[in-house]
Amino acid sequence: MADGKAKSGLLLDIRNLRIEATVYPPGEAPKTITLVHDVSLTLEKGKVLGLIGESGAGKSTIGLSSMGYGRGGVRITGGEVILNGRDILKGGKEGFRKLRGREVCYVAQSAAAAFNPAHRLMDQVVEASLLHGTATRAEAEKRAVALFRKLSLPNPETIGERFPHQVSGGQLQRVMTAMALCSEPDLIVFDEPTTALDVTTQIDVLAAIKDAIRDTHVAALYITHDLAVVAQVSDEIMVLRHGRLVEWGGTRQIIKEPRQEYTNALVSVHEIEHKEQQPGTTPMLSVKNVTAAYGGGHVKVLKNVSVDIFPGQTLAVVGESGSGKSTLARAITGLLPPEQGSVVFDGRTLGNKLSDRPKEDLQQLQMIYQMADVAMNPRQTVGTIIGRPLEFYFGMKGRERDKRVNELLDEIEMGKGFIDRYPAELSGGQKQRVCIARSLAAKPKLIICDEVTSALDPLVANGILKLLLNLQQVEKVAYLFITHDLATVKSIADSIAVMYRGEVVRYGSKSKVLTPPFDAYTDLLLSSVPEMEIGWLEKAIAGRRMESAGN
Amino acid sequence: MSSPIVKLVAQRIALGILLLLAVSVLIFAGTQILPGDVAQAILGQSATPESLANLREQLGLNQPAYIRYFHWLGGVLTGDLGTAMSSGQDIATSIKERLWNTLFLAFWAAIVAIPLAITLGLIAVRYRNGWVDKLISGVALASTSFPEFFIGYLLVFYFAVEHQWFPAISTVYEGMSLGERLQAIALPAAALTLVVLAHMMRMTRAAILNVMQSAYVETAELKGLSAFAVIRKHAFPNAIAPIINVVMLNLAYLVVGVVVVEVIFVYPGMGQYLVDHVTKRDVPVVQAVGLIFAAVYISLNIIADIAAIVANPRLRHPK
Amino acid sequence: MLDIRRIPIAALIGLVLTTLFVLMAVFAPLIAPHGNAEIVGDVWEPMSAAHWLGTDNLGRDLLSRMIYGARITLFIAVLATALSFSLGAILGFSAAVFGGWYDTLLSRLVDLLMSIPTLIMGLVVLSVLPSNLITLILVMGILDSTRVYRLSRAVAVDINVMDYVEAAKLRGEGSGWIIFREILPNALSPLVSELGLRFIYAVLFLSTLSFLGLGVQPPDADWGGMVKENKDGIVFGIPAALIPAAAIAALAISVNLVADWVLNRTTSLKGGRG
Repeated sequence: MADGKAKSGLLLDIRNLRIEATVYPPGEAPKTITLVHDVSLTLEKGKVLGLIGESGAGKSTIGLSSMGYGRGGVRITGGEVILNGRDILKGGKEGFRKLRGREVCYVAQSAAAAFNPAHRLMDQVVEASLLHGTATRAEAEKRAVALFRKLSLPNPETIGERFPHQVSGGQLQRVMTAMALCSEPDLIVFDEPTTALDVTTQIDVLAAIKDAIRDTHVAALYITHDLAVVAQVSDEIMVLRHGRLVEWGGTRQIIKEPRQEYTNALVSVHEIEHKEQQPGTTPMLSVKNVTAAYGGGHVKVLKNVSVDIFPGQTLAVVGESGSGKSTLARAITGLLPPEQGSVVFDGRTLGNKLSDRPKEDLQQLQMIYQMADVAMNPRQTVGTIIGRPLEFYFGMKGRERDKRVNELLDEIEMGKGFIDRYPAELSGGQKQRVCIARSLAAKPKLIICDEVTSALDPLVANGILKLLLNLQQVEKVAYLFITHDLATVKSIADSIAVMYRGEVVRYGSKSKVLTPPFDAYTDLLLSSVPEMEIGWLEKAIAGRRMESAGN
Repeated sequence: MSSPIVKLVAQRIALGILLLLAVSVLIFAGTQILPGDVAQAILGQSATPESLANLREQLGLNQPAYIRYFHWLGGVLTGDLGTAMSSGQDIATSIKERLWNTLFLAFWAAIVAIPLAITLGLIAVRYRNGWVDKLISGVALASTSFPEFFIGYLLVFYFAVEHQWFPAISTVYEGMSLGERLQAIALPAAALTLVVLAHMMRMTRAAILNVMQSAYVETAELKGLSAFAVIRKHAFPNAIAPIINVVMLNLAYLVVGVVVVEVIFVYPGMGQYLVDHVTKRDVPVVQAVGLIFAAVYISLNIIADIAAIVANPRLRHPK
Repeated sequence: MLDIRRIPIAALIGLVLTTLFVLMAVFAPLIAPHGNAEIVGDVWEPMSAAHWLGTDNLGRDLLSRMIYGARITLFIAVLATALSFSLGAILGFSAAVFGGWYDTLLSRLVDLLMSIPTLIMGLVVLSVLPSNLITLILVMGILDSTRVYRLSRAVAVDINVMDYVEAAKLRGEGSGWIIFREILPNALSPLVSELGLRFIYAVLFLSTLSFLGLGVQPPDADWGGMVKENKDGIVFGIPAALIPAAAIAALAISVNLVADWVLNRTTSLKGGRG
């Protein structure tokens, strides 16, 4: 503890914090917008407060205000930030510099970008301690090595010799945590520290952070959009929305007995009613022993993959980054012609290359993308975007086309007024809905959904999933649903294929795939998905350790 | 230095040599593109048949183009640049002194321009969006719109005619002392400096800004480092490579500026020599001098690339 | 809609000056007080009521020659820019969309041309080509099209990998729709501002060539050529050469200001990228 203060009592007391920024809308006079509206919070020494909310909730902005820092022209215009008994906002520039890196440290979302590529890790880890004179170099390095060990980094003695690019993303995130802990601060601000990681990596980093917080008695503000994650590490949770406080309470109360409707919606976000359908007898689309590679056959990204999709059903393909799940979609659509194997649709083999496929085949297979922003031409109106497939496949023109576009807009639960809008004028969820409408316009039998909800906030994503399920009922369309998110899979799939390094390691109906006994990878994947339950993390880690000890 | 760097640098140099060869073909071809008879075009309609035949013989026009090319290339590689048609002098001999003069001029322009541009770039970044930055950027924008001779003659008009501090014509000859020489080239060097300064400054500013907006600079600020320490320890090491790159690219730009500036100040260098002989349609000289300019330009570009390779920590410390 | 009060002051100045230059060029014979080659007085007369800008090295009215010079300068620069732009953009777009050996061949050729400074290559070529306007426009246009090629190819390649272009390909659209409906509308704003820069570059390049005696041939003269004609006066304190030089700078700056504003405006249009 800096200044050797007592271990109990109030550490951080933020009162009526107001944060503003000036925005420069094109073609208009600059205006001031308020990002945080009079938010107050307190944090005791050694406690962890989770700040949760969707994008734009102001959670990072509040977190950084405890260091007196505002990103890109953001200003603290009202309230007090009292740290260790003094209002830091009155300390001026010099005061901020003295507390940053000493009393308060920061762990960023992307450690890969937050480390300077030109310096060795150790130099960066001990930099703050040396700067503030809290330790000699030898002491600081000793402490750093101990922290590396505590955070279960490989080769703790020598990892500091490495440069950032020589270390993996999950390890780098732990090194960043060690960097924050090294100067023995009173408070650490964790800003989405595990969001950029794969799910099986996330659990390790999360456990490491939790252990480190417990053992060093440091207080923390833990910022995330994932309630299940924050439930594992926090003592209390504060729910924020549009820069305002929604609800603040103990972790158990928030996740078990939420008092506000919004919190309740966040808690129950993954509960979607969907009855699993049993596979039929004749598949609509069969992927048969497909092997595909990039770079002229050098990098095999799909190895002998076979899956079936039945009419009107959903096949979910799950895997982490690099598992080949998106490549499978490219092979099916013909964007990446397979080296071996074939794709059979409605009993006929599809052409390997996109250019070999007739228009009718293209019409039957539509695709929805992860980033709706870049999946729509920014210079076309919603009417053109949805209307083009109608025109292209069915020759619809003029009023007939507009009528159908309006029907489709109704189907995706958007009003008629959107037909003349440009994509830039839509919200993230609306954009994805328009993309759905565009694919429906072609009246396809199969839609490939490539991570369609992973760029969206949980509630919006939830709405999209429900819409997709409803549309499946109405239009009798099948989905190939590609995702890394097992929670989504559980809610909407009829059958599941688990992919790992280009291979399907487990495949079958949903109930079969999710019922033990599991293979090692599926078990790892399933056990890594955070559940909204206190103590889940410890259980999951214990379960894995037993298993690895058993092997 | 570890192996991937050596390999990359070797590759870049090999590529550069290949490029030089291709450029020599291009320059040679560039003087052959005229439809019809080069000799006729050079001498004009009034040429006598004898003089035409003579010129054809002299240019080797009776041989096919590729043989002439290899003959020329062989000469260049052994230091024989041929003889000038207009004067009959050996080109290599005439060039020697002039090349040295040009390098001398460019050297002093670079010595002034590089530190000045980097300092101004740093100031612009430090006071980003303030009036200093806007002033510097505005002046830079304006001066990129100025033709070289405008800058040159303004300098002459003010410093040589109104005040007579420096000569308007930069005569240099053998036996001049360094001081005399420097005074003689003061105005052309100043003109060249101004020509490249704006570009170099703007690119330096952009390069540093790019680094300043990265996440690791924020990390450093959040450690409590002072603004100066952030720049020195965290921004600068990563900005070196792009800055070296900027400097080299602009030195390459000097190569072009030098042609015009030498003509303005009647400075006996390569640029003046080239322009004179283009006017005289003296093809062998144009080929030789064009190739030398291109070679310098390409070499500077290669150095810029190599600097970027060497300064990249990812390549210096491979996984 | 375009509201004149919303135009920033810098852009307004640029717009007014550019328009003035263009009007001057178009109506040169009506505006100019004297003929282009008409000798009206003594050599290098100072500015006076009769000759607002004085007279030149042969005793011709400098103002009249400036006005005619604007005509030649703009004429050549506009044609050269049009050539470089259409050539560069068409080749660049097609290279990005078709790819393969066509792209590789074109790109390597452009790399090669760009590895020699434009002025040097221009001088090399002009040493054998006949001195006339067509040659000049062709040489300027072709050499400069390399830069337009690079830009338009880069822009098109960026857009070509966007998901919405992939979506169009998956739909089965032909290359016509993809180039003209998906790529082109999104490539316009960088290209429009590049058009301004290329035009400035053409003006400067032409002036430089004429100044070196390799551009427009006497008795006609563009502004660069006029600098050459009058440069010997400088050492006697006669500023006649500075006037055309300043005009070139003024034209270049004005176009620059307009191009800057157009770029900002088009990117902030509805549905603009970024």
